[in-house]
Amino acid sequence: MNSLYYQKRLSRNVGDKFFTSLSVICALIAILPLIFLVTYILYKGGSQITPELFTLEPNPPGDDLDAGGINPALIGTLIITSIASIIAIPVGIGGGIYLAEYSKGGVFSRFIRFGVNVLAGVPSIIAGVFIYALIVSTKILFGSMYSGLAGGMALSILMLPTVIKTTDEGLKLVPNELRYASLGVGASMYTTILKITLPSAFRSIATGVVLGIARAAGETAPLIFTALFSYYYITGFGDLFYEMGSLAVLIYNFALEPYDAQNKLAWAASFILVLSILSVNIFSRILAAFTEKTKRV
Amino acid sequence: MIKTNKKIPKNIILSLENVSISYGTFEAVRNVFCNFKKGDITSLIGPSGCGKSTVLRSLNRMNDLIPNCSLKGTVLFDGTNIYDKRVDPVEVRRRIGMVFQQPNPFPKSIYENIAFGARINGFTGEMDELVESSLRKAALWDECKDKLNDSGYSLSGGQQQRLCIARTIAIEPEIILMDEPCSALDPISTLKIEETMHELKKNYTIIIVTHNMQQALRVSDMTAFFNAIEYEDGDGGKVGYLAEFNSTKKIFNSPKEKTTQEYISGKFG
Repeated sequence: MNSLYYQKRLSRNVGDKFFTSLSVICALIAILPLIFLVTYILYKGGSQITPELFTLEPNPPGDDLDAGGINPALIGTLIITSIASIIAIPVGIGGGIYLAEYSKGGVFSRFIRFGVNVLAGVPSIIAGVFIYALIVSTKILFGSMYSGLAGGMALSILMLPTVIKTTDEGLKLVPNELRYASLGVGASMYTTILKITLPSAFRSIATGVVLGIARAAGETAPLIFTALFSYYYITGFGDLFYEMGSLAVLIYNFALEPYDAQNKLAWAASFILVLSILSVNIFSRILAAFTEKTKRV
Repeated sequence: MIKTNKKIPKNIILSLENVSISYGTFEAVRNVFCNFKKGDITSLIGPSGCGKSTVLRSLNRMNDLIPNCSLKGTVLFDGTNIYDKRVDPVEVRRRIGMVFQQPNPFPKSIYENIAFGARINGFTGEMDELVESSLRKAALWDECKDKLNDSGYSLSGGQQQRLCIARTIAIEPEIILMDEPCSALDPISTLKIEETMHELKKNYTIIIVTHNMQQALRVSDMTAFFNAIEYEDGDGGKVGYLAEFNSTKKIFNSPKEKTTQEYISGKFG
């Protein structure tokens, strides 16, 4: 008879211990890059943060004294991401509503779902090249070539699949009983979606949108082909049609410069970019927790 | 108007004529003829899979929401075939309300749960009054008058179901369909809902699907017994049909069909 007490030496217990510790080690290794990356950027970039950073234009590399600030790039990132959101959020939510609520699982909707998955896997540089060929090289936007507008379009292509997918999945999680309830009191499909299903799925849709924005804000490759870069302050609406700086491209450009001042500026920009993406992600968490609470008053 | 010339007695509010319903190629229920009288409570009973819920859902076109579901025959409501191509199912559901098996309040306040349906139906009167009268009719007012702004989910299961009934009453339908409204509830809540139904009978026609024969006996004037058998021309699966339709008293005391007798005495089901 085996004893009922736990025996360390038993082969199944040894194996169990081994695999438990192995998976713990793997989990730790997986999180190490994140920890190192964030602390390194905090260390390198955090020391460069000055008030002037947010107000000045970057100086062209070469004069070796002071690199200036990142104001145009910061504003540019905000503008380009906003343009991307304005395009991708309505289209994405609308498409997601079609997939989850209206489509009956036919060929068309399966094709769209497949297409969305493919689009989600398209490398970001392809999105840039696509907009370059479509908008930039054809000068179709009132004769302007590289522009913030084109950059926003390229990023919207990257945001779109995330928004469609999370809307689709969020709506599918809404129990059918709720739809029946609404239709049962004589609500039309449109009222049901607008007043009942969409608010119920708000949490997952909002999370998806925020994550989409966070992804788009950090993209570099599509912007190199579309928005390019600018050293100068954004002063008015017309600047949308010209080259526009962004944090990601600023990092790309200045990190490769041989001058120390520019490198430091790139670190500072990295710091700002990582911090803002991190805070957007945290914001999505707070949003989720907040709406969860209000739903079950 | 999409009226038919057929003569139906005035006191018949809803009439099924040779209705067969299929899900894709699977036939759920076949050749149902049935007249529902105005102001009556009619219960649909029968073993699982006999198509009684399917029939109930067909009465206000809720089956439209189930993919591949198709109906042959006519369902006459107010002299109109509600399956006519020109009929708007939204309008049908406004006049024939439904209470579901699982309590399904909206994720909104108790007040809003009732106001929602009324508002989308173009109600312009005093909303507070409507909410109160609907809750009173559903026998829920005393329990929730102090917390109208709380979420509908804060209520117990039985209260939620009565909230759903109140929500249906608020749109002033002519018929209320109930799909096993008490199957998820405890006996005390069930009793309360049955009392509510007796109250509602004064103003509404009620058609209820129930698995509980005692409930059918307690609440209904008429009872329709559905059964399922294998047809020779079928693909081997059982197809539901209306076996017997009569006053509840007759169905439970002196049923004509042998299967009815067997079912109500608990020999199968």
